[in-house]
Amino acid sequence: MSNIINSLYNMRLLDDLARKETAIHKIHPLMKLLTTVVYLTVVVSFGKYEIGSLLPLFFYPVMVLALAELPVKPILLRILLVEPLIIGIGILNPLFDHQVFYLGGIAISRGWVTFFSIFIKCGLTVTAALLLIATTGMDRLASAFRMLKIPRLFVLQLLLTYRYISVLMEEVARILRAYSLRAPEHKGIHRNAWGSLAGQLILRTFDRAQRVYEAMCLRGFTGEYNTGGYGKIKVWDFAYLLGWVSFFAIAKIYNIPMLIGSLLTGVVR
Amino acid sequence: MSHHKLEVKDLHFIYPDGHKAVNGMSFCIYHGESVGIIGANGAGKSTLLMLLMGVLFPCQGEVLVGDVHVTKKTLPYIRQRLGMVFQDPDDQLFMTTVYDDVAFGPRNYKLEEKEVEKRVMQALEMVGILHLKDRAPFKLSGGEKRAAAIASVLSMQPDILVMDEPTAGLDPKSRRRVMGLLKSFEHTRIITSHDLDMVFDLCERTIVIKAGEIAAQGLTSEILVNEELMDSCGLEVPLALQNCPVCGIKKQFKQLNGLP
Repeated sequence: MSNIINSLYNMRLLDDLARKETAIHKIHPLMKLLTTVVYLTVVVSFGKYEIGSLLPLFFYPVMVLALAELPVKPILLRILLVEPLIIGIGILNPLFDHQVFYLGGIAISRGWVTFFSIFIKCGLTVTAALLLIATTGMDRLASAFRMLKIPRLFVLQLLLTYRYISVLMEEVARILRAYSLRAPEHKGIHRNAWGSLAGQLILRTFDRAQRVYEAMCLRGFTGEYNTGGYGKIKVWDFAYLLGWVSFFAIAKIYNIPMLIGSLLTGVVR
Repeated sequence: MSHHKLEVKDLHFIYPDGHKAVNGMSFCIYHGESVGIIGANGAGKSTLLMLLMGVLFPCQGEVLVGDVHVTKKTLPYIRQRLGMVFQDPDDQLFMTTVYDDVAFGPRNYKLEEKEVEKRVMQALEMVGILHLKDRAPFKLSGGEKRAAAIASVLSMQPDILVMDEPTAGLDPKSRRRVMGLLKSFEHTRIITSHDLDMVFDLCERTIVIKAGEIAAQGLTSEILVNEELMDSCGLEVPLALQNCPVCGIKKQFKQLNGLP
């Protein structure tokens, strides 16, 4: 049960991190959003055998992590949460793709290459999304969505879902606490109680959500989630976007690791 | 100052399951008054508050804020004039920081961000939690949460403050602090509570509700000491006015008022 309460605190960690005031945090949300979108597009645009070309793209998350002074461990843990899913998707690749190629005399199955390619791409995209939230915050991200003219309803839905996850988890924690105190012998929840607990949970969450909604309405909420001024886009914000987009373009067009390799070997010769 | 007046005329409300929660209530609350609404559980206090705020609408009768009827059309105006503090501050605080939460109301009224900031700072300073403005609401203590919830309403600069159990779940010191805070306000205040000692301290007038009807209304100093009335409405005389628990001697207050 303490896991649920811990994860509630952990979930809000990204909000806490978003309140830092580093150079990255101060960049306009819209520019960070666009940078992330371009990054994701470039990452997924690489072919399934192009692992080498993907490597320069590690530079972006590493730089953002360092400049935004974000803790590495919690971000890594969140990425690991998604990895089992990706392993599930890609693990059959080595079985189906038997073609072999040689790397420095070592035979490697192409299936394994595609598997690692999926694994890396997933890691990079999830990291980019997490970094965007951890350096921007959900509220400011929503204002960036609105600037892009994404319909109000979708943005509201995103924000309220994010808000209600914690409401739901708080209710789950309460129900589990009450259950475990009266069932000390049980390790989990007995299947006989599953139905009634789930029913209770849904009713309570409805009730709680209704009260939260009423509190919002009483303070003038009419469907538009106002998160404060958008702030003006400065030259530095543009420079951030342009800088990264240029880097991603170069990484896409040129095989940077190969260029560095040939440069080094050229020097050695 | 008629726009600060709150008038309830022959109010009736029946829930869809047929339960008559409010049954012909009428009263008027004037500018600057502090009024306590008390009653046993299920007496109809919360329903009454919901009707005052326009969350529910009556089957019969009307609620007037100043000279404006509470209807769906007038809700934006009504909700700017009436600010409600919920019993559970967790229902009220939902943004990621205290600042954003307090700014939520003013931003909904499309105020300039500078004006929003001014109001937020004022409200936080009034309740004495300016230093908590960047904290996440869920990390605050019970008393701090309550203060933040009150600030989130004050920032809308309402004329009338409606509070549902403002001292519920607070430790004695936090309770005393919140009471001091409420006492310092010049707003018209409507407070529902089971904390009768608090009502005795803060409200000049009290309305007693029983089974959806007004059982009595008048000066708090007369209503709350009326043991018979309190008992018939499922309540008790405030602890501060009861006999000394050690020696059983009756309190001076009762003797001064010529009560048994």
